[in-house]
Amino acid sequence: MSLRILVPVKRVIDYAVKIRIKSDRSGVETANVKMSMNPFDEIAVEEAVRLKEKGLVAEIIAVSMGNQQCQETLRSAMALGADRSIHVETDKELQPLAVAKILQSLAKTENTNLLVLGKQAIDDDCNQTGQIVAGLLGWPQGTFASKIELSDDKKSLTVKREVDVGLETLRLMLPSVITCDLRLNEPRFAKLSEIMKARKKPIVKKTPEELGVDVEPRIKILKVEEPPTRPPGVKVDSVHALFDKLVEHGFV
Amino acid sequence: MNRLFNLTKIRFNIKRHRFYSSPSDLKLLTVCEHNEGQILPTSLHALGAMKHLNPSGGLAVLFGPNAKQAAEQASRLEGVTGVLSITSPTISDYLAPELLSPIISSLVRSRSISHVIAASTAFGKNLIPRLGALLDVAPISEVQKIESPDTFVRSIYAGNAISTVQSQDPIKLMTIRTTSFPITKEVGSSVPIEEIQHDPSQDEKDLASKVSFVSKEEQKSERPQLSSAGKVVSGGRGLKSEENFKIVYDLADALGAAVGASRAAVDAGYAPNQMQVGQTGQIVAPELYVAVAISGAIQHLAGMKDSKLIVAINKDAEAPIFQVADYGLVDDLFKSIPELTKLVKERKNK
Repeated sequence: MSLRILVPVKRVIDYAVKIRIKSDRSGVETANVKMSMNPFDEIAVEEAVRLKEKGLVAEIIAVSMGNQQCQETLRSAMALGADRSIHVETDKELQPLAVAKILQSLAKTENTNLLVLGKQAIDDDCNQTGQIVAGLLGWPQGTFASKIELSDDKKSLTVKREVDVGLETLRLMLPSVITCDLRLNEPRFAKLSEIMKARKKPIVKKTPEELGVDVEPRIKILKVEEPPTRPPGVKVDSVHALFDKLVEHGFV
Repeated sequence: MNRLFNLTKIRFNIKRHRFYSSPSDLKLLTVCEHNEGQILPTSLHALGAMKHLNPSGGLAVLFGPNAKQAAEQASRLEGVTGVLSITSPTISDYLAPELLSPIISSLVRSRSISHVIAASTAFGKNLIPRLGALLDVAPISEVQKIESPDTFVRSIYAGNAISTVQSQDPIKLMTIRTTSFPITKEVGSSVPIEEIQHDPSQDEKDLASKVSFVSKEEQKSERPQLSSAGKVVSGGRGLKSEENFKIVYDLADALGAAVGASRAAVDAGYAPNQMQVGQTGQIVAPELYVAVAISGAIQHLAGMKDSKLIVAINKDAEAPIFQVADYGLVDDLFKSIPELTKLVKERKNK
């Protein structure tokens, strides 16, 4: 069975940006801020592309959801190696449950047998979408994957996962859902030739309504605030001075 | 006439969402992890969160064929009103979320459970969202504060913003940040343990055949567990090699601390993945956090900035870690850390 991979990619504030909270405490400022593909989603796209380079994949479809600017993220995904894209256009706030329902619908129509996602988005830090869509589809889930291998008969995946005590290896029958952890791979930089090619690859637009999904948020954000600040510390000038502080605080 | 009708619709919707008017509507359940006859410390924090949410407490749920001793421990814990020990022919010691979630989902429905809680561990993070799919509920990840039965506080953007959210679902599913809630302790008495033998449906059996546990690589250590240690010493990329990481282990052992690492150190192979402290690794908040040769990237800070006392040793005076450190030493770690370890050992031997 050739893999038909669906990879969702999210546009988020770039990981290196120092975020600002809106003065009305309604959220984080995203206007005029550098945006990038969620780093875990880059890892997901890279993994799909590596499987394709091994000759195991029929097609990689990237999907992003939101306003027109999602198309930038989709072009990046296609420059990395996705074959085509779907832009689910909406102005509504999308939470993981809604995203998962959209992915469930797309996975069915696109005949997906492998959903590869980043384990979490670095904006909301939810770490839920992959698990939710696996539950909706009734598929096995391999989360926090640090290594994926397709079996010789192409019917199952061996997934090594990062867990609290170390590493755990599972075998999951396809179709399944994988969420990617940091050390799964190191994403490539898109070559200029691929970026140019990506401009010609197709992006099909859909809406949540067309897909029959109610994306109304279930979780209301009451306020977003600064975290508590720590009082400034001091520099000590020697190991002995540091040791004395540890003793003073009762740690030795 | 139309406007009146719309107002009525809105009022009806608001009423539907304000589900809880009294504590008697609260029926809580915490899914507990256990190993070798003991409830995991992380689950003790989850039970602590459950008691915080409802002082009358709730159920502790354990799975697997070897839960007897842990179930007995759970029955003696504060805030536990009942223990469910669930076995199934398809569930071994490996607790697959695919197999647990339908069982919990049917428990939620049959017992009118209002809240399902698990610790934000690899297990809890893997399970709770899948349960959300089955119950059509939006889960809430890594709750740090419970303000009311439907209002919770959590971090976003690697802890650079704190979000207060309200769940509008009739059932709340959440994972909790263990460092934010105290553990629950044993009390003098015990509550009944209900043993449930689950009979899997054909669908459940089919799904079970699609998931198999192959192996586990676990580094057993005499050292304290990172997730619950009172002291942590972490090493960064400045250690330059796996062998050099011994410098960190030595200081940790002298202090009786757990050992952590920055992402860079793990990526470089100096330390194993389960030691990674950070936004996507372990979140710790010990009494003492010693950062050795860690620059202090935002993503690392997200994992440790709630530590009570932060100490940093780094060659670079401008390293961002010094902005959160209570005490900072600008020095070469290869000289200063062994010296510090020696001083600590000497004092302990007195």
